[in-house]
Amino acid sequence: MLFKRCVLGYPALMIEDQAEVAFNRPLTSDTWLMGLRSAVISGSASPGQFVMVRVRKGADPLLRRPFSICGVEGDMFLLLYRVVGKGSEMMTGIAAGGRVSVLGPLGNGFRIPEDGRELLLVAGGIGIAPLLFLAHRLGSREFRFMAGFGSADGITPVQEVLDLSRPLQISTDDGTKGYHGPVTDLLQGTLRDCGTGSPCSIFTCGPRGMLKSVARIAGKDGIACQVSMEASMACGLGACLGCVVPAAPGEGRTYYHVCSEGPVFDSAMIDWAAV
Amino acid sequence: MEHHQPDLRVRLGTLELKNPVIAASGTFGYGEEYASLVDLNQIGAIVVKGLSLKPKSGNPPPRIVETNGGMLNAIGLANVGVETFIREKLPALRKYDTRIIANIYGHHIDEYGELASMLKGVESISALEVNISCPNVECGGMVFGVDPDVSARVTERVLKNTDKPVIMKLTPNVTDIRVIARAVESAGAHAISLINTLTGMAIDVDSRTPKLANIYGGLSGPAIRPVAVFMVYQAASSVRIPVIGMGGIMDARDALEFIIAGASAVQVGTANFVSPAATLDVLDGIRGYCEKHGVGRIEDIVGSLKKSH
Repeated sequence: MLFKRCVLGYPALMIEDQAEVAFNRPLTSDTWLMGLRSAVISGSASPGQFVMVRVRKGADPLLRRPFSICGVEGDMFLLLYRVVGKGSEMMTGIAAGGRVSVLGPLGNGFRIPEDGRELLLVAGGIGIAPLLFLAHRLGSREFRFMAGFGSADGITPVQEVLDLSRPLQISTDDGTKGYHGPVTDLLQGTLRDCGTGSPCSIFTCGPRGMLKSVARIAGKDGIACQVSMEASMACGLGACLGCVVPAAPGEGRTYYHVCSEGPVFDSAMIDWAAV
Repeated sequence: MEHHQPDLRVRLGTLELKNPVIAASGTFGYGEEYASLVDLNQIGAIVVKGLSLKPKSGNPPPRIVETNGGMLNAIGLANVGVETFIREKLPALRKYDTRIIANIYGHHIDEYGELASMLKGVESISALEVNISCPNVECGGMVFGVDPDVSARVTERVLKNTDKPVIMKLTPNVTDIRVIARAVESAGAHAISLINTLTGMAIDVDSRTPKLANIYGGLSGPAIRPVAVFMVYQAASSVRIPVIGMGGIMDARDALEFIIAGASAVQVGTANFVSPAATLDVLDGIRGYCEKHGVGRIEDIVGSLKKSH
């Protein structure tokens, strides 16, 4: 392993805050961007961490919803979310000026290597959210950012979210924009360009099938790969024990908890065959 | 007018709590998970995640799915095991000024006895809560708590191996809760707590697969509260030992329903996931209710249901 495995305990600066909604607007037909003001959460959040949002009071929906933080601007943090169900549907109805109960920042976040290695960011769909935050934090440091989407109309208009120092390489499943094919093809092409032996690190988030492919590519060449995992969870605090992912053989345990031991894992820690 | 703070202390047999609000097992970890968000010193008691003799990793995911007004879980009783709990979790928890109740479960009657023995000398544990909602390997996987005789035998075994107050936690998945409540009372239980989760199932109709990898799970949350209030009412009407009520309590008025139905104390469970300070919000609300209604002691309204309007 190239990096010390960093399984964090409970984050020191984590609060339940009534964050003010600065704005909430659609970016594509099914993705929205919400800006929330919370000095504590914005001040302590690092890329890869997430928040638990109570969409509204009452029993419908009952549980909070987990969202990766996709950026920070001053005392405001950003959530990029896809409208997939009841909770996210209701979120689109929250107007600017309203307040939302947010618990966070939660989880461990990405570890950014300090040497000058090449950093490869690989996103699939809404999985772009934590990687946008990471890319923004990287500032002028060298990185390559590849993002795959289903179709041209689903592409996240990144310029409307954050200023990044370099453009994204886009792929679409249907070829309506950018490379026609999976984003993992772009990753493999990039790795060929880099040439074997030149050190690099992969940071990835997206659908599980895509993550499996990225982990396989990274594992084959022994490339360090940090994966941000998703799981259904009730608390985000390590109490409900709902959000497990299978641990790789030899890890000395059956499962990892996404909320308290992740959501970012070295890809070698996960049993991808069982995911 | 002189203003008196209501007396919120409750007695559950020999177990005394400074107030009637308890964090329910499985929803509050080992306490430490919530310590930065909630002042644990203010909670009446914390029931820790159910303990088994050996560590248990639990069921495959998905383990949790939300349903209307509730959640289904099939965690699979994952826990660190009783020895690790005593060695690694308890030292942090016992620093707080709250009662710690150890929840225990087994798959053989012997395991319950062994767990009770192992916790016997552990001073910071104030009581045992015994989960009998799990399958009994000796009876082909039938849940202990659905059979009055088996429930009584588990109670006796635990009592034989401990000097701590024993709370039997009952499953609602039974024909008549009163029969089970009386059986564990006769066997010597100091208190009962109910309800554990209601067994349920949810299906994704597009894929025609169960939403939980375990196929079925336990339903909790506000959806089950009326069922729970009635079962607490039934149980409290048929035993003399104290009853601890739970099932979908989200706020103080929910908790008061249980108290008026006959519960001496309440447990807050699923609400902790939604609102980490739910226990303290419930406590504040109960205090406010007592002040508003001139209730001097919370114990005065336990089982105070009026049968007519």
